[in-house]
Amino acid sequence: MTTIIEQKTQSNIMKSVKWLAADTLTITKRNLISYTRIPQALFFSTLQPVMFVLLFRYVFGSAIPIKGVQYVNYLIPGIFVQTVLFGSVSTGIGLAEDLQKGIIERFKALPMSKMAVLMGRTIADLVRNILVVIIISGVGFAVGFRIQTSVVSFVAALLLLLLFSFAISWGFTIVGLTAPNSETAQVMSFPLIFPLTFASSAFVPVATMPTWLREFATYQPVSVLVDASRKLMVNFPANVSNWSSVESIFWSLGAVVVLLPLAVYKFSKTA
Amino acid sequence: MSEQAIEVTDISKTFAKGKVKALDEVSFTVETGTVLGLLGPNGAGKTTIVRILTTILKQDSGTAKIFGLDLSSQSHVIKRLIGLAGQYAAVDENLTGFENLVMISRLTHLKKSVAKTRSLELLEQFDLTSAKDRPLKTYSGGMRRRLDLAASLVNNPNLLFLDEPTTGLDPQSRLMLWDSIQQLVKDGTTVLLTTQYLEEADRLADQIIVIDHGKVIANGTPSDLKAQFGTSIISVELQDNNSAELAKAKIQDSISNKLIVDRNVLRIISNDGPKLALDVLRIIDANSINLAGLNISEPSLDDVFLTLTGKTIEE
Ligand SMILES: Nc1ncnc2c1ncn2[C@@H]1O[C@H](COP(=O)(O)OP(=O)(O)O)[C@@H](O)[C@H]1O
Ligand SMILES: [Mg+2]
Repeated sequence: MTTIIEQKTQSNIMKSVKWLAADTLTITKRNLISYTRIPQALFFSTLQPVMFVLLFRYVFGSAIPIKGVQYVNYLIPGIFVQTVLFGSVSTGIGLAEDLQKGIIERFKALPMSKMAVLMGRTIADLVRNILVVIIISGVGFAVGFRIQTSVVSFVAALLLLLLFSFAISWGFTIVGLTAPNSETAQVMSFPLIFPLTFASSAFVPVATMPTWLREFATYQPVSVLVDASRKLMVNFPANVSNWSSVESIFWSLGAVVVLLPLAVYKFSKTA
Repeated sequence: MSEQAIEVTDISKTFAKGKVKALDEVSFTVETGTVLGLLGPNGAGKTTIVRILTTILKQDSGTAKIFGLDLSSQSHVIKRLIGLAGQYAAVDENLTGFENLVMISRLTHLKKSVAKTRSLELLEQFDLTSAKDRPLKTYSGGMRRRLDLAASLVNNPNLLFLDEPTTGLDPQSRLMLWDSIQQLVKDGTTVLLTTQYLEEADRLADQIIVIDHGKVIANGTPSDLKAQFGTSIISVELQDNNSAELAKAKIQDSISNKLIVDRNVLRIISNDGPKLALDVLRIIDANSINLAGLNISEPSLDDVFLTLTGKTIEE
């Protein structure tokens, strides 16, 4: 008797996992097709980090001397992090837009997995970020960035970046579900993202910051990610270990564990 | 299958922490195979009813059954039996018509091959085959609505919800959509449609529920409702609103019928149109009020609404 019930529940769980996967795939595909239909959006969202590369490389770069590393090699890992962070804002914007247009309303009346609406969005943005990371790599190499470690180590850094972008996009999922429209979602995102990006080791060493800011800048997850990427890409600083990579993985997994259920809860409450 | 497609008992719903009472103990039933027209002005609570019955929203209190299945506990089965075309054509602008339909079909868990054939079939049925590979951005309002309706039909629903299906459409597109809906009904689909257009409810519905401020204020067949509110309506057209109000005041002194002023028109509900009209004209003449026009007609649903709420539907 118990086993029959157990079996039944189990097969129900298997079934919902199967539908979650299938529905997520459908929604992911839809979001990616949408992105390709508005190539301007992708172009301009990639243009922005490219401008940052040029700005820091050729305008500020000579004013920021850092011992033991060429500034371009110091800069590019930071640019990668900034790019995936700024890119993850689009998760919230996209969701807010879907809510506004009533598409989510329709999804909710379908026998599909609810969670797939959110998963399909974050995974599509992960795929998009893979493309963006490849573009930034090209731009980086063009302006003189060179890997100082190994290709494997460089790729490991990219994976770390993508994991972080996926984790943080769950945060922007919540923003998107809270905002009344896509414009507001965008406006709401920047106060979150600016301090994290700029009060970090992305562009300048935290040692140059005032004490009160330095504490935050040293330990916050974006700095951890930047430090980890820098170590993996250009082996800087040479005398520290790769511990920050492990730390960064923990940050990302921790963020998913906290933010994903929150996002799902928020989604179920969004009428 | 149960005789009743929908059975709603005392459903209430508030928003904004109880401040907005969207539905106030609404009850009604819809028999399988019939069309219910839910008629009411903007903000009456129509969409809220649709959202609750399509499992999108939970009611605060009351119960509802769809084909005898409890809405709260069996929503998963219910979702497979229903189709919804929401108030705003909920389709992806960037996807083509075909892609939109395949997406919805897949999310309704049709097999890939079935999803494709069903989508093509629906595109044909709604006269969209030639536009099937164009992004929806390029569709006209009428085409979008048709695609939206098509999307609500991918699973061949037994019960279809249409929330203001023709709002904002030009007359020709409206006629086309009406035809499509009538065809579906002929094929046995039960339909709940909401509308702000009396003509639409009159034309499509077997049963009409008039709803205002979250309350059902009338429920019956179109002819029931008309009969309930007199057999004729006398519309007296005057120079302006002031003279209409003046005429109302004077007529009220000697006639007990219900009088409604709508802009410069005074409406009198009666069971004896021509004779009463004569009396009315005498009073107007005696008070030297300028008459601009007079019309005796069968009551329309607009008049029904006026009688019930004292205001026109546009307000
Ligand atoms: N999500 C919501 N939050 C707050 N108020 C709402 C919400 N949805 C509907 N309302 C309010 O409930 C009432 C009924 O709305 P609705 O069902 O959309 O009316 P209709 O569809 O007849 O125009 C309106 O006063 C509307 O402002
Ligand atoms: Mg509505």
